[in-house]
Amino acid sequence: MTGLQVLTYLVWLVAGVTFIFALKFLASPKTARTGNLVGAAGMVLVVAWTLIFHDLNNPNETPGLLANWWVLVVGGGIGAIAGLVGARRVPMTAMPQMVALFNGAGGGAAAVVAISEFLRDVGSKAPGAELFPLPFMVATLLGAVIGGVSLTGSIVAFGKLQGFIAARPVTYPAQRVVSFTLLGAILVLGVVLALATNNVALFWLFVVLSLIAGVQVVMPIGGADMPVVISLLNSYTGIAVAATGFVLSSYALLIGGTLVGASGAILTQLMCKAMNRSLFNVLFGAFGTGGGVMHVGAEGEQTAREISAEDAAVLMAYGKKVIIVPGYGMAVAQAQGPVRELMDLLLAKGVDVEFAIHPVAGRMPGHMNVLLAEANVPYERLKEMDEINDEFAGTDVALVIGANDVTNPSARTDESSPIYGMPILNVDAAQNVVVLKRSMAAGFAGIPNPLYSEPQTAMLFGDAKASVQALVAGVKAA
Amino acid sequence: MTDATALSPFALLAALFILVLAAFVGYEVVSKVPTMLHTPLMSGSNAVHGVVVVGAMFVTATAVGGVGLLLAVLGIFLGTVNVVGGFVVTDRMLEMFRRRPGSDGKGDK
Repeated sequence: MTGLQVLTYLVWLVAGVTFIFALKFLASPKTARTGNLVGAAGMVLVVAWTLIFHDLNNPNETPGLLANWWVLVVGGGIGAIAGLVGARRVPMTAMPQMVALFNGAGGGAAAVVAISEFLRDVGSKAPGAELFPLPFMVATLLGAVIGGVSLTGSIVAFGKLQGFIAARPVTYPAQRVVSFTLLGAILVLGVVLALATNNVALFWLFVVLSLIAGVQVVMPIGGADMPVVISLLNSYTGIAVAATGFVLSSYALLIGGTLVGASGAILTQLMCKAMNRSLFNVLFGAFGTGGGVMHVGAEGEQTAREISAEDAAVLMAYGKKVIIVPGYGMAVAQAQGPVRELMDLLLAKGVDVEFAIHPVAGRMPGHMNVLLAEANVPYERLKEMDEINDEFAGTDVALVIGANDVTNPSARTDESSPIYGMPILNVDAAQNVVVLKRSMAAGFAGIPNPLYSEPQTAMLFGDAKASVQALVAGVKAA
Repeated sequence: MTDATALSPFALLAALFILVLAAFVGYEVVSKVPTMLHTPLMSGSNAVHGVVVVGAMFVTATAVGGVGLLLAVLGIFLGTVNVVGGFVVTDRMLEMFRRRPGSDGKGDK
């Protein structure tokens, strides 16, 4: 092994370690940003190194610019601009779908790498030569299928969150039969390609079926479950990248991909736990269809008490403790700025203000934290569910802003409810509950919320931003 | 560029070791991330698998023919979107968490 080859392995090692630090430093908001920069530095290092040294098989290689370097200029140039513009321009509320899109790109890249390797090696193989070694084929096929599913699945997830595709579960008769047939066909083709023939046409069929599978699998999943899907697809892309790392025997890809594969898996698991649902239920339950177990329609019979912004403001201004419960409604209305103003005013009046963050509030875990951080709410005021749930009892006003299912008491009491057993915020324990809501319509999951007809609850209808601004004006006047 | 079709059993085993150990490291490290940082975590780990762009570079170096080059451009494009977008968007999110408490002026109760 030459010195340059040894150095290449060491560069991969350094990059792998920076990736670990990027994730490890996320344990605290204080170090998180540094960690991300460390990871980016490792990425720059390994990309720069590969640019000048990339032929590991050739012990006589002298460092030189990568062949076909113009491909990097064209593809990399456009890609960098697209990535930069997307990342800089996207509003914080649209973050989940942006991440989905970037993730899909990574999955697509992994699939492309696997496909290219296969085609190149088939091209250089003597006709009638024996099959590719099994480990190589398995890794190639895994990279292609998982990368392909991640690409199209992420695009569908993006479309659902962005509103290009219906967010509701899109189902049709015999859907599961089609899904399982498709997955079965991919499996059979994979076995044939690995054990019987390296036929190029069959390989392309395998790729196309993988791309269709991504669409097929994500379409029947409701918009409310998209965060879980994105997290899962993120994990998939990681696995696909690790598989291509195997194919190319590049340990940098292997480490990076595997880290993400594992971390995405645990994150997905945590999110499912927070909703008290199994991953199988998320993927195949067509949750939020309004059919089957769901009793939609009960909503119309609900009676709710309305309150004016002025009255609600007085309740808060003369209370001792207010807990704000934000949800996706706050995000869509872009109400986080006025919310922070409300907090400042209440604090100035000597009212204790805290935020109760449900693990799945918003469209991604931690989505509310990002939005409130954007509005300069100190993160010390944001309390996680377990931390704050006992405090509702001593609270004068629980102000629910565009959150619904995570405050639904039927998760505790009604065994027939589809969300029965999901841990919720105990807002109903507060003296007064003020709910800011657009209308009496059911939440994203389509489940009626009995909280709204409880005696201590009052509804303030309207756009969340306008309502919070009215509350701000009310507190100023109080 | 290594030719995986000619990988030695030793190299394969080494790769398998790395795979398994990295999976455990990923699991352990991510278990310690608080819920409030889960969105940046998703996007940060998303950026990390952008390392696939290096794989696309290997592919580019050996690409031949129209289809080969087209795939190379596509791979580099997608990989770059992933890695650049991923790190930049994560940085943007985390920048917000860095603003210290008290920067909101009047502070406490």
